[in-house]
Amino acid sequence: MSARIPYSLLLLPLTFLLAGCDAVVMSPSGDIAMQQRDLIVVSTVLMLLIVVPVMLLTGFFAWHYRQSNKKAAYEPEWHHSTQLELVIWSAPLLIIIALGAVTWITTHTLDPYRKLDRLDASRPIPADVQPLKVQVVALDWKWLFIYPDYGVASVNEMAAPVDVPIEFQITASTVMNAFYVPALAGMIYAMPGMQTQLHAVINKAGDYEGFSANYSGAGFSHMRFTFKGLDGAGFDQWVAGVRSSPTTLGREEYLKLERPSEREPVRHYGQTMAGLYDAILNLCVEPTKMCMRDMMAIDAKGGLGLAGVYNLSRLSYDAERRRGSLPQPPAEYVTALCAVAPEVMLSPAAPPSYGLSRLAP
Amino acid sequence: MQTPTPERSELMQTLFGRLSLDAIPYHEPILLGTFAATALLGLAVIAWITRARAWGWLWRDWFCSIDHKKIGVMYMILALVMLLRGFADAIMMRLQQAMAFGDAMGYLPPHHYDQIFTAHGVIMIFFVAMPFVTGLMNYVVPLQIGARDVAFPFLNNFSFWMTVVGAVLVMASLFIGEFSTAGWLAYPPLSGADYSPGVGMDYYIWALQIAGVGTLLSGVNLIVTIVKMRAPGMTLMKMPVFTWTSLCTNVLIVAAFPVLTAVLVLLSLDRYADTNFFTNDFGGNPMMYVNLIWIWGHPEVYILILPLFGVFSEVVSTFSGKRLFGYTSMVYATVVITILSYLVWLHHFFTMGSGASVNSFFGITTMIISIPTGAKMFNWLFTMYRGRIRFELPMLWTMGFMFTFVIGGMTGVLLAVPPADFVLHNSLFLIAHFHNVIIGGVVFGVFAGISYWFPKVFGYHLDKFWGKVSFWCWQIGFLFAFMPLYVLGLMGVTRRVSHFEDASLQPWFITAAFGAVLIGAGILASLIQFYVSYKRRASLRVVGGDPWNARTLEWSTSSPPPEYNFAFTPRVHEVDAWWDMKRNGYVRPTSGFLAIHMPKGTAAGITLAGISLVFGFAMIWHIWWLAGLSFAGLIGAAITHSFNYDRDYHIPADEVTRTEDAHTRELAAQEA
Repeated sequence: MSARIPYSLLLLPLTFLLAGCDAVVMSPSGDIAMQQRDLIVVSTVLMLLIVVPVMLLTGFFAWHYRQSNKKAAYEPEWHHSTQLELVIWSAPLLIIIALGAVTWITTHTLDPYRKLDRLDASRPIPADVQPLKVQVVALDWKWLFIYPDYGVASVNEMAAPVDVPIEFQITASTVMNAFYVPALAGMIYAMPGMQTQLHAVINKAGDYEGFSANYSGAGFSHMRFTFKGLDGAGFDQWVAGVRSSPTTLGREEYLKLERPSEREPVRHYGQTMAGLYDAILNLCVEPTKMCMRDMMAIDAKGGLGLAGVYNLSRLSYDAERRRGSLPQPPAEYVTALCAVAPEVMLSPAAPPSYGLSRLAP
Repeated sequence: MQTPTPERSELMQTLFGRLSLDAIPYHEPILLGTFAATALLGLAVIAWITRARAWGWLWRDWFCSIDHKKIGVMYMILALVMLLRGFADAIMMRLQQAMAFGDAMGYLPPHHYDQIFTAHGVIMIFFVAMPFVTGLMNYVVPLQIGARDVAFPFLNNFSFWMTVVGAVLVMASLFIGEFSTAGWLAYPPLSGADYSPGVGMDYYIWALQIAGVGTLLSGVNLIVTIVKMRAPGMTLMKMPVFTWTSLCTNVLIVAAFPVLTAVLVLLSLDRYADTNFFTNDFGGNPMMYVNLIWIWGHPEVYILILPLFGVFSEVVSTFSGKRLFGYTSMVYATVVITILSYLVWLHHFFTMGSGASVNSFFGITTMIISIPTGAKMFNWLFTMYRGRIRFELPMLWTMGFMFTFVIGGMTGVLLAVPPADFVLHNSLFLIAHFHNVIIGGVVFGVFAGISYWFPKVFGYHLDKFWGKVSFWCWQIGFLFAFMPLYVLGLMGVTRRVSHFEDASLQPWFITAAFGAVLIGAGILASLIQFYVSYKRRASLRVVGGDPWNARTLEWSTSSPPPEYNFAFTPRVHEVDAWWDMKRNGYVRPTSGFLAIHMPKGTAAGITLAGISLVFGFAMIWHIWWLAGLSFAGLIGAAITHSFNYDRDYHIPADEVTRTEDAHTRELAAQEA
């Protein structure tokens, strides 16, 4: 049969899989990603238990029962066997029961919203360690990281101390993106007006790649950032470096930063406005715009009725913010009812430092 | 990127809406070249038809025909033409990704690249896979159940032309304006008016809406046909498996496509009427769109694959010379898949932040689908067991499917494990997975179906040599094109990226591009195969109508079948009706033929679709007066058609006798 030899090409995937072993998803540096890697391996092995026999059997039957092999049995009317039916339904069922159990357990233990309970397979989280809080905003087409405990922020670069749990709060300014650092942990969507969460830890120092994993328009390909895993002292130094930057991030600076741009260089902000992330999340960095939080509170009480219809305004820089430049009327939005409090920069009282309480393995 | 247009006069704005000469992409050499080539090819075809004086014949016998067989063939031609376009997009993407590293930006700017991957997805799903599947069902189902046509023959013609209009709009976007850059499922807010203000998204919406009308109506049509028009004796559990899978697919179409229509209506309201269903502000919720589109989108996957499962069942059983193993469990597996396909949509966005319990529920339901699918695989396997397998072309494609599809199925179940999906979602691993199942399942199945039923349709075989060349190019090309994508996915490479910094990825992309070229050779070999077979049709002729010694009713007629399919409606006693008839010494009636009542062709379908095309175009370009006029025209034409009472005719008895006598002589010649 001519079909036999070229089918050995089907072994190619194995070669490819071997090549994939040193790929970042298969050899990550964070505990969460590591557990996800193990899960991929376990599931694949479980499924190979049935896939390999099926492929071998297909090849063998095709070869053995070929027309020219007159020695093979031929039973044209044989079409039913209860025992065989039982096997062909129960074998996949058993595999899926096993895999389903694994899925139920790991989906809960690796839920990105769940607080970590270990640093890696052998170490629990020490009682005295303070998790690092990072607020992430996906902008058109760059990443903003705000460190609320330090009052600093950075663009297209984030750092975290090794072996310290990180708590991410994630949102976006305009369209959907996905926050993904393959070496650290699985991705989660970044969506405007909504917040997602991620809990992760990095176990090895190094510079890792982070990017958006959900297409978001023309500048998407270059929406990349560096994730720096640093030892405790290195991280404290990095924070000090950022804090020494004279640039500050207030409403005005944010609104400028937010406009679409590509391949932005790394930027550091020594000071960040208090409540900026909250304003971004509630789509009300423009001081005249009503926050979603307020709008929802009003609506929950029955809304403003007809009065609400008159409480609209137009964004001043709309043409630049919205993409494309076909002539169109600017979008309307609901104006804030109350005046916005004056800008106050974050001034953390006792920012955690990781250099001293460096957790040696 | 469109440049700001200077202020236009009120009159021009009213007359032409957003349409202006700037909409024609003079400055894009690739598009100009494509346009020139397309125009030349189009002119050549027109000149050829004119020289052959074939216009009248084309119009009367094909465009206005409501014969399900001709409509089936036209669906297949539409799909083949669009396959060329979709593949051209694929090869452009592969080329761009193979060259755009570091300082080299490739030859496509992001705006163009984004249109290409959007168009590739839209075209391959809606205008290649769907027409292929619908074409096969249209041709084969009535013949398999012993019917003379579908239940609503005019509707069938109308459905086809609406699908064509969708394809025409997508093609028109190449040369007038632009296509969507929002990806094939157009997630808002990116696809909303704020972030996709151009006409591209509107082309997308109206192409899908108009083609969707066709798909939905053809779904209704085929369900009614299967439920009401089976030959006497053909109970549900005696239907051929392909008819069963077609029934399930059309149930899915009728239940799922209205969701797509509704969600696109909401999106168009956001774009046209400033509503806020899916916007960021004013309480809009883009997550709602993502849910709704996948409530259509996941059943859509099964709409595509189920009929091909049917094809494989027919092929395996015919070419193993053996009754299908486990017919009953095959039917139940199909029905279970049909139902389960509605309970899994959330696995397309585990990463949107649903809780762990929701995610694991949808992960596990997804895995459960692999049980009936696995059972099907075993059923085919045990049909081959103790058979006498003939490796004709259809069987070759089926073998390719069985090896390829299990890999795709395995990676699919892997992606159904939510924590694993968190690292593989949106990556090239995902791309490799769904091409693995769509090429390995749908495309291989379509080619198996084409090579299986081609002798039925045209009365001569497809050339075997070129068929084998095509198969091996596809099979090996697939491995080269998509195995590297699995690896790249594990390296954390995301889909839809048009430029990379990391040069170490390049060899993988070059390998993938090579694979795409091999697939291209496979497509070319198929085209050569059609041409060579046509040229050698005399020597490849099928005598007697049943070249494969097959099992189902469509093979009981002559090949090609007469216009009326069956002179007398057959009576069915067993699952494989034709096999049963052959075995029990069925004697074909050779006299006593009666006049046959048949539906008459009409231009109403193509007219209504033509007006819909104008309507869609007017809506896309905001030419409101034309939109209003064409919509009124559409309603008017539909009402006018309802007053057409000249809808049927009788094929006289002596003509039936002549046709049947010819077949009798042919059968006698075959005996001798």
